[in-house]
Amino acid sequence: MSEELDELYQDIILDHHRRPRNRGRMEEPSAMGEGFNPLCGDELSVFLKMDGGKIVDIKFIGQGCAISQSAASLMTQRVKGKTVPEARAEIADIKALLLGENEPPIAIQERVGDAIALMGVRKFPARVKCATLSWHALEAALGGSGKVSTE
Amino acid sequence: MNKTGTTSKAPPVFDAAAVREDFPILDTRVGAHALVYLDNAATAQKPQAVIDAVSHYYASTNANIHRGVHYLSAEATDAYDRARVTVAQFLNAAEPRECIFVRGTTEAINLVAASWGRTNFRRGDEILLTAMEHHANIVPWQMAAEATGAVIKVIPVTDRGELDLEKIDQLLTPRVKLLALTHVSNALGTINPVRELIKRARAVGAVTLVDGAQSAAHLRVDVQALDCDFFAFSGHKVFGPTGIGVLYGKAAALEKMPPYQGGGDMIERVSFEKTTYRGLPERFEAGTPDISGAIGLAAAIQYLAKFDHTALAAYESDLLAFATDAVAAVRGVRIIGEAPEKVGVLSFVMDDVHPHDIGTVLDNEGIAIRAGHHCCMPLMKRLDLPGTARASFAFYNTRAEADQLANALVKVRKMFD
Repeated sequence: MSEELDELYQDIILDHHRRPRNRGRMEEPSAMGEGFNPLCGDELSVFLKMDGGKIVDIKFIGQGCAISQSAASLMTQRVKGKTVPEARAEIADIKALLLGENEPPIAIQERVGDAIALMGVRKFPARVKCATLSWHALEAALGGSGKVSTE
Repeated sequence: MNKTGTTSKAPPVFDAAAVREDFPILDTRVGAHALVYLDNAATAQKPQAVIDAVSHYYASTNANIHRGVHYLSAEATDAYDRARVTVAQFLNAAEPRECIFVRGTTEAINLVAASWGRTNFRRGDEILLTAMEHHANIVPWQMAAEATGAVIKVIPVTDRGELDLEKIDQLLTPRVKLLALTHVSNALGTINPVRELIKRARAVGAVTLVDGAQSAAHLRVDVQALDCDFFAFSGHKVFGPTGIGVLYGKAAALEKMPPYQGGGDMIERVSFEKTTYRGLPERFEAGTPDISGAIGLAAAIQYLAKFDHTALAAYESDLLAFATDAVAAVRGVRIIGEAPEKVGVLSFVMDDVHPHDIGTVLDNEGIAIRAGHHCCMPLMKRLDLPGTARASFAFYNTRAEADQLANALVKVRKMFD
């Protein structure tokens, strides 16, 4: 196995793939967002329960590869209990981490916690969309636009 | 091929090692690994003969066709026309003018749907497709149906990935104006009983189109024996260049069809009041065609013609059976598509591992496969799968490569356990 592949499928990713956190439907969510990757057919829905401007609960359902599923699981852990502006800041950090042309600033790498494990996709351009799908779906849920496609 | 088949026997005599010498790209290294190219159903690699033909055309013959009075134009026109004759022989078409050069299978089907379909479909007419069609043999018909009020009906697929013909009599009624189906499934490798279905379609007065994108590289195609009205295939899947393909149509059908695109080469006489069109095949080839592509395609067909087709088919059948057994032996793997008659394609899934993850790990071993829905979303839905991993074979692939595939799948299994 190459170093790149080990970085892509590191233990945190495989752990979240095997035991996804916050996976499942939510009854009467306050908001919902859907992400769709037409290229590979991955689909993901994010449900939010809001209270006093905070994300008090979050769930996701969907199907896709290990990267997209573990990224969704990591995402829910990152933003549960956060305010909307804090969650938006998390989204911005992840975009900088995965989509930025240059190596992301150390400050961001340190801020994102376990989600740093997603950085392995930077060496696999075809898989970046898998890692960002759930964050786009979260953005859609926060923004009220409901649906988002990675294309 | 027969799945329970021939893997214990020695492989039939066909010198794949010698054939590999003809394909320079097969020497590619992917990182530390030699390339194992198992994505032939997406596009096949090109023999040196094809690369040389295209390069020779640009180095020595390039000119526009059918219009120059000069030497090069005459040479280019001659080469282009000869390419059409080669294609006609390849398909056993009655006449070369029945072979229209297009961009590929997709454009061929769009041409028929737009020209023949929109002229002939009436409200309530039925277009009969199958549940295993590629999107390219679904969407053009949906567009034609929307424009005309025709409706789409679908022949179902069994769990094993064969056409379910139990209720075919209820589906294939005189209301069916057109039957369009794939010769070989790109997602499963199933060889469909097209000849039989064409016969039944003709009996109810339906016109027939065969999507030959996956069959032309593996099966001997005889459009007269098939008796289809239309047959479409792509050059790049039969070891020719990208950007060129062929629509075969019976002259009687093509002659009654309005042009698909307007422009140069397809006209007889133009004035602002009225334009008259040329006959076949020019009527359907507006604008400067892909001349080098046609010449490259002819070179690919001539290259293929050097092989004894029976030996080649036996080799491919053995290889697919061998690969199927090797891959099926990996823990947690399930083969998708278990029709008794298959060619070229080995689709599979692995428990708890998404096809894309399989694809990424295999790529890391230098093995190129396709992962996903294979442009067959309705089929994936029918089989209740998000997608499959698909290894697809050509005659330059070997048993050793099939073993490498299986060994790499063992690594995938371990990684995700």
